[in-house]
Amino acid sequence: MKHFFGDTAVLTGRSLTHIVRSPDTIITTAVTPIAIMLMFVYVFGGAIDIGGATDSYVTYLLPGILLITVASGISYTAYRLFLDMQGGIFERFQSMPIARASVLWAHVLTSLIANLVSLALVVGVALIMGFRTGADVGGWLAVLGIMALFTLALTWLAVIPGLTASSVEGASAFSYPLIFLPFVSSAFAPTESMPGPVRWFAENQPVTSIVDSVRAIFAGQPVGGELWVALAWCLGILVVAFVLAIATYRRKIS
Amino acid sequence: MSAATASAITVRGIEKSYKNLHVLRGVDLEVQRGTVFALLGSNGAGKTTLVKILSTLLKADAGTASVVGLDVAKEPAQVRAAISLTGQFAAVDERLTGRENLVLIARLRHLRAPGTIADELLARFSLTEAGGRKVSTYSGGMRRRLDIAMSLIGEPSVIFLDEPTTGLDPEARQEVWQTVRQLAGKGTTVLLTTQYLEEAEQLADRIAILHKGRIIVDGTLDELKKLLPAATVEYVEKQPTLEEVFFALTGESTGDTADETTDAAQAQK
Repeated sequence: MKHFFGDTAVLTGRSLTHIVRSPDTIITTAVTPIAIMLMFVYVFGGAIDIGGATDSYVTYLLPGILLITVASGISYTAYRLFLDMQGGIFERFQSMPIARASVLWAHVLTSLIANLVSLALVVGVALIMGFRTGADVGGWLAVLGIMALFTLALTWLAVIPGLTASSVEGASAFSYPLIFLPFVSSAFAPTESMPGPVRWFAENQPVTSIVDSVRAIFAGQPVGGELWVALAWCLGILVVAFVLAIATYRRKIS
Repeated sequence: MSAATASAITVRGIEKSYKNLHVLRGVDLEVQRGTVFALLGSNGAGKTTLVKILSTLLKADAGTASVVGLDVAKEPAQVRAAISLTGQFAAVDERLTGRENLVLIARLRHLRAPGTIADELLARFSLTEAGGRKVSTYSGGMRRRLDIAMSLIGEPSVIFLDEPTTGLDPEARQEVWQTVRQLAGKGTTVLLTTQYLEEAEQLADRIAILHKGRIIVDGTLDELKKLLPAATVEYVEKQPTLEEVFFALTGESTGDTADETTDAAQAQK
């Protein structure tokens, strides 16, 4: 264990070099959510009644778009892990005197950094499109914290297909349902307008509580119990995904 | 630690199954320190499985194995510090440069001056010029040389080479052979697996044949030859081998370790 931090730092540096050499993964991660944002703001947005919740639709929409960004970003985490597993390099690392958990943690940290960069790109575009917030520094830090926690939770979820997939498609396909989850939530339209069972699902799935919390923070409004529900979801997913991912990894390397 | 024991690798009754497939059915072998040992066998004979067990990547179902006196199942971390594995497929990072690959491994082995180590190895493996290029532009032979160079970092006392020349062209194969001979000259113990009889004949001090999960013969080349029926003398006109023709036409000498270009890699495909 004495080399854990050093080895993780070295391997994270390696993964980040990959990303710097092919920044397209960060850009592709940001392009889809930006395209969705453009389409909803300039095409459908005018027809969606948000009941005066915020001044502009882009301000209403951004929290959901941020979640979509993370959901599409973590498919690259699974992809990168899958590539390492396929090539001989994973076996080389495993046959060396390194802290074995470092190999996973390096991918997790890389995922966190890459997703935060993608999120910054999306927020930048949203600002150009007229996104405005009354949040102060504390508010921004709170949003950053929530997004980092959400990214970590989904990253550990992504580790599982990354380790077990038998094809590239398999490694990244799991993220599609995650990308669509925000569509059936309060991210695009208020849940009040949805029919019974859909509304029940929308109001009780994790995305709505996270979106509502982030939206309230951006609006500079007090955040209610929603925040605790959001944090509970993130932490819950994180713990379950972490335990399953570590168990999968142990099985892989033993 | 175990300097007294003369054998670098000891394998006793190793068995391994995948579901219904009984891959290893009780393997015994002994590799002396500082020798090159070739494990010969056809595809599916269980060579890779045995190498994976010895390099702590897999656990055996039964039997014991030790490397430099350390039990691979009970002291895997110490075993990993003493060994190095070059797997069947070049274990290099395509998206890094050759030099970065070497620095990465030197760092992970917690060595001082990883940059100096990398430069020395690049020079030793005639990769200095290519060192700053991404590995994805390397030819098969260069990739394999880099792969082996990465395995030498930290001077492991035992090196496993799993089919080091499978898929390489004749020139690249010669380069790898040259490298293995150098290693042996420096006192490193090498266990290599191969499906080419010639490779075992060229490199190994001792050869074992793994067949259907068991070692069926184990001895020096001369001992193995004695197992065959006595030689008969016939006069046969010696035709050049295709390999000799190849080298005569391309004008390359067999021991050449010069850098081939990327074109060679492309031509190969």
